[in-house]
Amino acid sequence: MLKRTLAVCVAAASMAAATAQAANVEVLHWWTSGGEAKSVAYLKEKLAEANVGWEDFAVAGGGGESAMTVLKSRAASGNPPTAAQIKGPSIQEWGDLGFLADIDSVAKANNWDALLPGVVSDVMKFDGKYVAAPVNVHRVNWLWANPAVFEKAGATIPTTWDDFIVQAKKIQDAGFIALAHGGQAWQDATVFEAVVLGVGGPEYYQKAFVELDADALNSATTEEVFRVFGELRQFVDSNAAGRDWNIATSMVINGEAAMQIMGDWAKGEFTVAGKTPGVDYACVAAPGTSGAFTFNVDSFAFFSQGDADAQVAQQEMAKQILGEDFQKVFNLNKGSIPARLGMARDEFDSCAHASMDAFVASAETGGLVPSFAHGMAVSEAVSGAIYDTATNFFNSDQSAADAKSQLIASIQSAM
Amino acid sequence: MASKTQFSAGRALIYAFLLIMALLYLTPLYVMIATSFKDIEEIRSGNLLALPQDPTLYAWIKAWSSACTGSECEGLAPFFMNSVKVVVPAVLLSTIIGALNGYVLAKWRFRGSEVLFGMLLFGCFIPFQVVLLPMARLLAELGLANTVTGLVLVHVVYGLAFTTLFFRNFYVSVPTELVKAAQLDGAGFFAIFRHIFLPVSLPIFVVTIIWQFTQIWNDFLFGVVYSGPGTQPITVALNNLVNTSVGGKEYNVDMAAAVIAALPTLLVYIFAGKYFVRGLTAGAVKG
Amino acid sequence: MSVSKASKPLTLETLLPKIVLAPTTVAMLVCMYGFMLWTGALSFTKSRMLPQWEFVGWDQYARLFSNPRWDVALNNLLIFGVLFIAISLLIGLVLAIFLDQKIRGEGAIRTIYLYPMAVSFVVTGTAWKWILNPGLGLEKLMIDLGFENFEFRWLVEPDMAIYTIVIAAVWQSSGFVMAMFLAGLRGVDDSLIKAAQIDGASPFRAYWHVILPILRPVFFSAIVILSHIAIKSFDLVQALTGGGPGYSSDLPANFMYTFAFNRAQMGLGGASAMVMLMGVLAILVPYLYSELRGQRNGQ
Repeated sequence: MLKRTLAVCVAAASMAAATAQAANVEVLHWWTSGGEAKSVAYLKEKLAEANVGWEDFAVAGGGGESAMTVLKSRAASGNPPTAAQIKGPSIQEWGDLGFLADIDSVAKANNWDALLPGVVSDVMKFDGKYVAAPVNVHRVNWLWANPAVFEKAGATIPTTWDDFIVQAKKIQDAGFIALAHGGQAWQDATVFEAVVLGVGGPEYYQKAFVELDADALNSATTEEVFRVFGELRQFVDSNAAGRDWNIATSMVINGEAAMQIMGDWAKGEFTVAGKTPGVDYACVAAPGTSGAFTFNVDSFAFFSQGDADAQVAQQEMAKQILGEDFQKVFNLNKGSIPARLGMARDEFDSCAHASMDAFVASAETGGLVPSFAHGMAVSEAVSGAIYDTATNFFNSDQSAADAKSQLIASIQSAM
Repeated sequence: MASKTQFSAGRALIYAFLLIMALLYLTPLYVMIATSFKDIEEIRSGNLLALPQDPTLYAWIKAWSSACTGSECEGLAPFFMNSVKVVVPAVLLSTIIGALNGYVLAKWRFRGSEVLFGMLLFGCFIPFQVVLLPMARLLAELGLANTVTGLVLVHVVYGLAFTTLFFRNFYVSVPTELVKAAQLDGAGFFAIFRHIFLPVSLPIFVVTIIWQFTQIWNDFLFGVVYSGPGTQPITVALNNLVNTSVGGKEYNVDMAAAVIAALPTLLVYIFAGKYFVRGLTAGAVKG
Repeated sequence: MSVSKASKPLTLETLLPKIVLAPTTVAMLVCMYGFMLWTGALSFTKSRMLPQWEFVGWDQYARLFSNPRWDVALNNLLIFGVLFIAISLLIGLVLAIFLDQKIRGEGAIRTIYLYPMAVSFVVTGTAWKWILNPGLGLEKLMIDLGFENFEFRWLVEPDMAIYTIVIAAVWQSSGFVMAMFLAGLRGVDDSLIKAAQIDGASPFRAYWHVILPILRPVFFSAIVILSHIAIKSFDLVQALTGGGPGYSSDLPANFMYTFAFNRAQMGLGGASAMVMLMGVLAILVPYLYSELRGQRNGQ
């Protein structure tokens, strides 16, 4: 019974499959909202001009968590898409498993080594060959502030974490929410990351949270980081749990709250609300991190394709992603800065300019570090362990010392 | 069961309780529908439970035909049929197979058939997240990876436990004497099913179909993992539409989209609801 | 009890029942038990992003039980499972008994209780989040109405968040339980209740001593279905709290999914799934067994 119906259904399915063209790219991504969707549609157009069809496989939710589940199942069935939105060390893991396609020929022909900063191109390569193409660089360690609220509270925008606590108290006393925050694990981790960088400095950050050096993790600095992070609990309103980050941003926009620690994608919310940077809102580096830059690079990794036409289409896609047109349009929409260097910057706003300058400057001083809260620094397992510790600490009254030992234990167990 | 329907204080309390519960049950749906008719400004400033001041269809139109669900911005409309194409065959197949299984397990028991039934009930305790990868492999082996057929097959397989349970419990209450008499008259396995069981099965078919329809229509996990580009079911589109992270959330569109996606199952419950209880009454819940 | 007899010759007709069950049996053995074994094997490997068959013994189980988040998830399942099943049964039963009192408009009211079963949490999650959120929903509403000291902040309190999951889950499933009980009650002979009342029993006692025992098979079906829902509750947590605040409202299904798919710790995810299954096995199989046996003897 089952068999017979199966046979009928197989016939039906194979007819459906036959309608797909040869020169298509099938792209798995999680960019489904407004500006992001538009940016993807733009890439699709550029590819259409080059006669490459686009099969859209969008799966939103949880910063790509659902999309990764789909990708793993597709890979397990030996049927991965042409390209998928993957970033950071995950690219290496997929490379290790032998799934990724070598697109070095495109990279060479278009001189990617010269176009891309070293920290970015390193992430895009597996075994010395390009397997992925970057679309942008986000700066995560931003502080978004509403100057009007600061003025009313007689406070100044803090530049160190000690100062933050002083100013935040003033703001709170004036009846405002000091820190707009959403109580979701990744947002807790984003703030935690800013505290790590601001309190410990880039060198400690690199040693403890990128190289996972046991001595650095076990140092007094880690405890101090947790102590400062713990201080922040009091500045978050009690309804923060589960709040989406953009709701928190809107609290800063409408003057309910004074500050938010969030990556540069928050800018889009200000832009949609018709606010001007430097006038209606301020974008400054998170306290104590002005010379540093936590980067978060979105990228598409390419999966091995058996079919020669599919490979051609894939390479065309790689080429278009690094094209100036796409990089400009995409990053104007998304609030980030282009992954490739040396592009005209006049259409970008002052926050983006600051980001571009900090990117170049921090690369020279060693202040340029990968974001662990956004999957750039350590494996998914380890960043998950950090998430758990940070979010549990922030949502309980755990002591800094206990949090430190939990952090060390859970990182160990995740490795 | 109260023999008299005179209006006493006790009955007033019962009515009050039932009505208050009904209001509580309705609240989430009411919030969704009310919000879907408001504009964004009203949602921001107004009360959650307030009626829309100035009802607008904007959100509904956008959700149906122009909201972004990926690089395409054509709303939920294109995905509606994708779901139908999966749900209809999956529901029918799992129901028919369940009916035959139930018939055997109720009236044609053989050594081990009860064990089989117990295993089936326990087997579907396997968390579906666990089966994702091995199932993907299996579908690939069958040449069904990321096809509608593959997705249908998955839904049928994991729906069988409950459809079998429903039919078995229902058919147990059909008198065995009828079967024996028919056998003496020379009727075979399928003839008995057709002439004795099928004619009384309408209520349980309704129950099972409603149950399966609801489960499969609302499924997200299998739908997102086993569909292909262009065949994603409506829950995936809804998820993409609702889970936007940037650029001003349009709650009214989210809510309208949610109601649209739930509409088929809601209608089924509203119009077939009475058969549902009737079907259960007719024996589905008896042992 | 069965109509087929072992003494019959082996013909197509006598084999038919087995042939009919064959596809289901194969599907069950492969897609349920086969995959369970596969997961069991996986839990003994060091699999990270995708399955890799390098065995490491009980290592993943050791990691699992040293993970504080798993403790929280298990505890939550216990709280959630017990409360969800008990409250759903209670509300379902009460609603059914009340609805069975020749209520006017029964059809409409019944549909209202039933509809939550029709909509998924991808759909109602947002509405629930609003209602339970202190700054937007119930609490704000009551404060706006003048009850200034009204507090309902379970959603944002780590110790209480799991109870909001119970509320939403009961809302979704109790209507279905109501329908099952109502159906059961409709099958009960009216004269039984009358007889009890003539004997001088109060309505409550009549229900408790006469009706409830008759409804035993309904309890069975309801408990089987509810425990399926409880063990697999995943969307609910995802939509309502995302496991938060912190990871205080995590359930094992969410734990497993997170570690297997989002954290590239597939071996650990497999181990957690096996522990879940073993738990179900330990609790449910004796129950299934005794009930199925009881039914057979009762027939």
